[in-house]
Amino acid sequence: MNEESRLIPVATDQDVVRVRQLVRTVSVEAKLSLVDQTKLVTAASELARNTLVYGGGGTVEVARVRNEIRAGVRIVFADQGPGIADLDLALTDGYTTGGGLGLGLSGARRLVDEFAIDTAPGEGTTITITKWCR
Amino acid sequence: MERVPVLKIGDILLVSIQIDMEDQVALQLQEDLAEKIVTTGCHGVIIDISALDIVDSFVGRTLATIASVSRVLDAETVVVGMRPAVAITLVELGLSLPGIRTALNVELGIEMLARSRGEVWQDDEDEGDPAAVPAS
Repeated sequence: MNEESRLIPVATDQDVVRVRQLVRTVSVEAKLSLVDQTKLVTAASELARNTLVYGGGGTVEVARVRNEIRAGVRIVFADQGPGIADLDLALTDGYTTGGGLGLGLSGARRLVDEFAIDTAPGEGTTITITKWCR
Repeated sequence: MERVPVLKIGDILLVSIQIDMEDQVALQLQEDLAEKIVTTGCHGVIIDISALDIVDSFVGRTLATIASVSRVLDAETVVVGMRPAVAITLVELGLSLPGIRTALNVELGIEMLARSRGEVWQDDEDEGDPAAVPAS
């Protein structure tokens, strides 16, 4: 991850609010459009809640990134929770084990440009998302 | 924990969400509103979300639950003031908020409630009016 990144521990509801605020700030700095800021903050809110509810807490790291052509924002959500056994199922719209709508993971994926997930049962879950400036 | 105030104006309960709500605050609002509908007997609820810069699936679900609970308690809910970027994001997220009535602002929301209440009264009058019963 290049440029400076900022890390927020996620252990409470309040931390999820903090994640939203930090992602908003960094998205504005990176000059994402208003709609893209809104999409990224919404995706971050879904995934930070997952880190808290399913992962039992963890960390969120937010950074501005740049490739050859564009600038963007990258966010990494990491937890040491139970991990995800069936990833395809977890990414299906409407599937939930937590009594929610089952849109967090699948919805968040639709809202960003890049979505990578690294998980195994008992190994925790790390999700990396990126939104690029248009 | 912060709390979202619920204001009574005539027959309407007005809620304007001005803070970035923690999940618990949203759930508290849901309970407060149900309580207020019953204690005031109001028939309309307006939830102004013009200050919200995002609505995620949790808040979306809370709004839908509030609307359903209100309906069971004989009150109509209108969500007003959604920002365009929020609407685009919600739909892409997969939440189209079925069952929630929306209006562009508080004023139009009040009109919408008055209209649907007017129709209810109209129906009541029709039923109670002997002239409306066809002579047999």
